[in-house]
Amino acid sequence: MKVPLSWLKEYIEITLDPHEIARLLTFAGLEVESINFIGLPQPDQLQNQTSIYGLEWDRNNIIVADINKVEHHPNADRLVLAQLYDGEVTHTVLTGAPNLFQYKDQGELAQPLKVAYAREGAQLYDGHNSNQELITIKRKKIRGVESYSMACSEKELGISDEHEGIIVFDSDAPKAGTPLVDYIGDAVFDIAITPNMARNLNILGVARELGALTKTPINPPTTNITISKSIQSPLEMPKIEIAEPELNPRFTATLIENIQIKPSPYWMQLRLRMSGMRPINNVVDITNYVMLETGQPLHAFDYDVLRNRSETKVPVISTRLPKSGEKIVTLDGINRNLDDFTILVADNTGALSIGGIMGGSDSEVSDDTKNILLEAASWDLINIRQTVTSQQMQSSQAGYRFSRGVSPEIAASSNHRAAEMIRSLGNGKIIHKFVDKYPRHYVPNTVKLPIGEIQRSLGVDIPTDEVVSILIALDFTVEQKKNILHVTAPSHRLDIGIAEIGIADIIEEIARIWGFENIPETQISDLMPRQENNTLLEKEEKIRDILVNLGLQEVITYRISSPENEQLLHPIENGPYVHLANPITPERSAMRRSLLSSVLECAQDNLRFQQRIALFEVGPVYLPELSSSNEQSSLPLEAQRLSIVLSGQRLSLSWINNRVETMDYFDLKGIIDQLIQTAHISNYTIDVASHPAFQAGAVARLTIDGSQAGLFGVLHPDIASKYDLREYPTLAADFDLMAFVDAMPDHYSSNPIPRFPAIIEDIALIVDDRINNAEVVASIVKSGGATLTKVQLFDLFRGEQIGANKKSLAYRLTYQSEVKTLTDKDAAKLRNKIVKTLQKELGAQLRSE
Amino acid sequence: MLESLDTIKTTALSELQKTSDKETLRLWYSKHLSKNSPLIKSLRNLSNVAPQDRPAIGKHANHIRNVLEEAYKERTHDLHQSIASTRQKLADLDITLPGRSLNRGRLHIATQTLRRIYTIWADMGFQIYRSREIETDELNFELLNIPLHHPARDMWDTFHTSTPGVILRTHTSPGQIHAMRANAPDPIRVILPGMCYRYEQITARSEIQFNQVEGLAIGTNIRFTDLKGTLTDFARRMFGNSTRTRFRASHFPFTEPSAEMDVECFLCSGEGCRVCKKTGWLEILGCGMVHPAVLTNGGYEPNKHTGFAFGMGPERIAMLKYGIDDIRHFWGNDLRFLEQF
Ligand SMILES: [Zn+2]
Repeated sequence: MKVPLSWLKEYIEITLDPHEIARLLTFAGLEVESINFIGLPQPDQLQNQTSIYGLEWDRNNIIVADINKVEHHPNADRLVLAQLYDGEVTHTVLTGAPNLFQYKDQGELAQPLKVAYAREGAQLYDGHNSNQELITIKRKKIRGVESYSMACSEKELGISDEHEGIIVFDSDAPKAGTPLVDYIGDAVFDIAITPNMARNLNILGVARELGALTKTPINPPTTNITISKSIQSPLEMPKIEIAEPELNPRFTATLIENIQIKPSPYWMQLRLRMSGMRPINNVVDITNYVMLETGQPLHAFDYDVLRNRSETKVPVISTRLPKSGEKIVTLDGINRNLDDFTILVADNTGALSIGGIMGGSDSEVSDDTKNILLEAASWDLINIRQTVTSQQMQSSQAGYRFSRGVSPEIAASSNHRAAEMIRSLGNGKIIHKFVDKYPRHYVPNTVKLPIGEIQRSLGVDIPTDEVVSILIALDFTVEQKKNILHVTAPSHRLDIGIAEIGIADIIEEIARIWGFENIPETQISDLMPRQENNTLLEKEEKIRDILVNLGLQEVITYRISSPENEQLLHPIENGPYVHLANPITPERSAMRRSLLSSVLECAQDNLRFQQRIALFEVGPVYLPELSSSNEQSSLPLEAQRLSIVLSGQRLSLSWINNRVETMDYFDLKGIIDQLIQTAHISNYTIDVASHPAFQAGAVARLTIDGSQAGLFGVLHPDIASKYDLREYPTLAADFDLMAFVDAMPDHYSSNPIPRFPAIIEDIALIVDDRINNAEVVASIVKSGGATLTKVQLFDLFRGEQIGANKKSLAYRLTYQSEVKTLTDKDAAKLRNKIVKTLQKELGAQLRSE
Repeated sequence: MLESLDTIKTTALSELQKTSDKETLRLWYSKHLSKNSPLIKSLRNLSNVAPQDRPAIGKHANHIRNVLEEAYKERTHDLHQSIASTRQKLADLDITLPGRSLNRGRLHIATQTLRRIYTIWADMGFQIYRSREIETDELNFELLNIPLHHPARDMWDTFHTSTPGVILRTHTSPGQIHAMRANAPDPIRVILPGMCYRYEQITARSEIQFNQVEGLAIGTNIRFTDLKGTLTDFARRMFGNSTRTRFRASHFPFTEPSAEMDVECFLCSGEGCRVCKKTGWLEILGCGMVHPAVLTNGGYEPNKHTGFAFGMGPERIAMLKYGIDDIRHFWGNDLRFLEQF
């Protein structure tokens, strides 16, 4: 919300600098996001601590001036020459401002036009540039007439975007020569108002906060109303009926007669624009002005339209829920199908407005309006919010305020305030007494606050008289009964709850005004809770560490994907998915079921820039067909998975070995071997598997502790090419992370360093091709017993010498005893046993030299 | 017999020339001069030879043994020389040539930041409590004092799933309820890390998914002063020992009083820079005393128990610390970005 300092000062006498005000408000929870300095000198950034911007006006060169005469330009139709008096001399000023054309060639004006005048050398914004581009006014000739100064628009002065014409001040503007900054220089605070502070969505609310923070009383605006009792009105007041008092606790209306619709005075237009609103006409502007001032949204009906809709010419206005199928065309021109819960203002003919949010176009105030009915009502915030959401009317300022809560107590006073302004600025009359239907009266809320509660929550002992004075400054009434403060909230504090919540609400108020910076810092002295490990997380992080140590880069991808994305990898499987009801794009419409699919997309994205891709991700997939076990509701299972993708060159380019080596199955297998080993997983098997996403024969299944951990292998080239991974083979693994985590032991034992020397020997075997390495190693390990400490495959060979469907495998065996130095005899015996077993079990033959 | 000894000699000497290092020398020695080698065996088994031949064969075998021992010593010496000379040559190399390339892996910067946060909080006795990402409206909002249609709901733009009442959590705060219900009435000191989701356009400044770390301390004597002290300790650990903090009043429906904690900008030491928008301060986290309604919903008694909670965004912290200007880099996973950390 934008709050001009000059407006604030109307309700509170305050001499603090803008940045000091910003600091006070920000620390009290009204975060000043920026200050726009309009003409005023800007403070040193450092003492400020708030973001600031704006244009400073040179006191000598930017001043108030009088235009006394407007003449046509000799050579240009779209320019005029203004005779302008700057307090010392008269200048001829060239301008194209359309709002001066009406005065062209009328001779000396009866009343001078008060304008903002910039002398030669003044710095302003370029009015023709869409950005705020600084320019300095220089002497030049335009169409044969010398120009060295100008009358300014709001845009040129950095007040608003308005550049339709030059500023023409109200006639009570100060005398020519007055520095402009002394007249309308301002600082506009942009304040973020949190939902609990709806009471401060208006200038008066902010003034009230500032009053409490500075212990300064505030002067609320007058709500006196001038009723012309002596005049007979040709009109009758409407009858008001409230059908749903819970949704519409109060409805007030004033009839203002015989008014003139015209532009508002400049001072009001200026304030509205500084507050971010567009001036329209005096009636609409005043309703907006009072809304910004007090927080009460108001609505003006063209009363003659209402009368004409009524047979008796005495409108009966009711607030009610819609009839089935009822519609209304609102001010924004939209024909709306009404929800059955939306509260309406209607007459006997039909809907007039959506209560508290937007008027109907039928009864809108127009240039011809003579009599208006001014409404100030109060509405149920939840109900208003439902309609705002359902009808997508978030841009309605009234809806915004009512959906956050407006006290019913301010309806009447705000109605008076606005009615009186319309009467005086529209030259109208108020003849009838206003109507006030108030079926659900505001009930004051008193909270019993035990004084000890303040210290129990805040940890600081604030003197009770200080507490009382803070609350009184915030308009609470306080009565102390022994150790309990009976605190009654003022009517604008709809945010104060009851019982414990009310206590917390009031303690927050005390802390906020006392100042968080005045509350000391302590260490927790409360009992330390029982400390435990988070074993699951620790093991997950261990797996991350292992993979990083093996040279893989961790990635974290979007967990919101789409079935279409995942079908690239899983053309057959399809869901079920956790679908989003409101996706931002079709590509992110459902929670992923496949982690590998996401990592492959990531590989694809990196392809253009990398020779080597070695990625892993640990993260969840979302499986709605499996519910989480320990919850009563059936929420989808969030299953942690691990995916690995390798593709490209094994090592980056090097002068030492500039041969390009491509990663293959065994790069991935090596990583998986190391992962299993480093995680101390012992009970696992690796078997041949098949899966359409992988190349046949080059995919393996990892089983840990009897349960399937997942697949790894060479991605099928057809699948890989869908991810543009064509140049190199793509190796991929997709695992259930929990299979690893569950199998990772909490404890494992180490072995002593061997004390006795080892005997190392090599054996070369010829076996059938169908026998795999794991079988051979298993046989060797089994027969080698505890003395065989290491088996390393160091050669694999197929060829004519060996015979068809045969292969030669050479292993280096290490024999080592924990208790003695092995003799050659021992070694020979063991070797014999191993070879015999291999011959018997696998038909292996020792390969002769 | 003598001839076969000569063959052994020839073979051994020729094989010796092929040795290239310590290991091949060792193998050569074990083949030709160890006690299992044919030569030494033949010396040991002289008794099997006819008595008249023994002196000649014995002498010849010993001679060969000496020759081979000598040749072995010489070869060992030569090889040492050659290794040394290679070293000598290396000294002439361009020592600025790049080393051999290695493949180095890295944790994602978000994980690195999370781990730093975990460590600091672990040191202060806060343990990690994780909970689910797909949540009910009840857990994500209602039990956290954010009723349906409440204006506070405007603070979160929510992804809804096609199952009514089931949403993607907008913050890790539902974990507060899970943790409380698992521990009540015992004291709690936990942090709640994890991925959260917001229905937003993806821009340089906003993402649809982001990590959050919330913290929760509940006990019978946890006060606002403790909140300030604990979070200032965290800020010093996270941003440096001279870090200053300030607390501003703010609003979150699940805490009261609520505050924002700013730290003095560590990039400009509070002098004002682009990152801190020339204010000298950076907004780092939101915090407050646990709201009585939330305490009640978690199974605690507001007139007995108090607590504080806080929440921070690891990606935001990383952006500030490393001058990252676009939040999309995190899940974009461009290796040229990730490899910088
Ligand atoms: Zn800075």
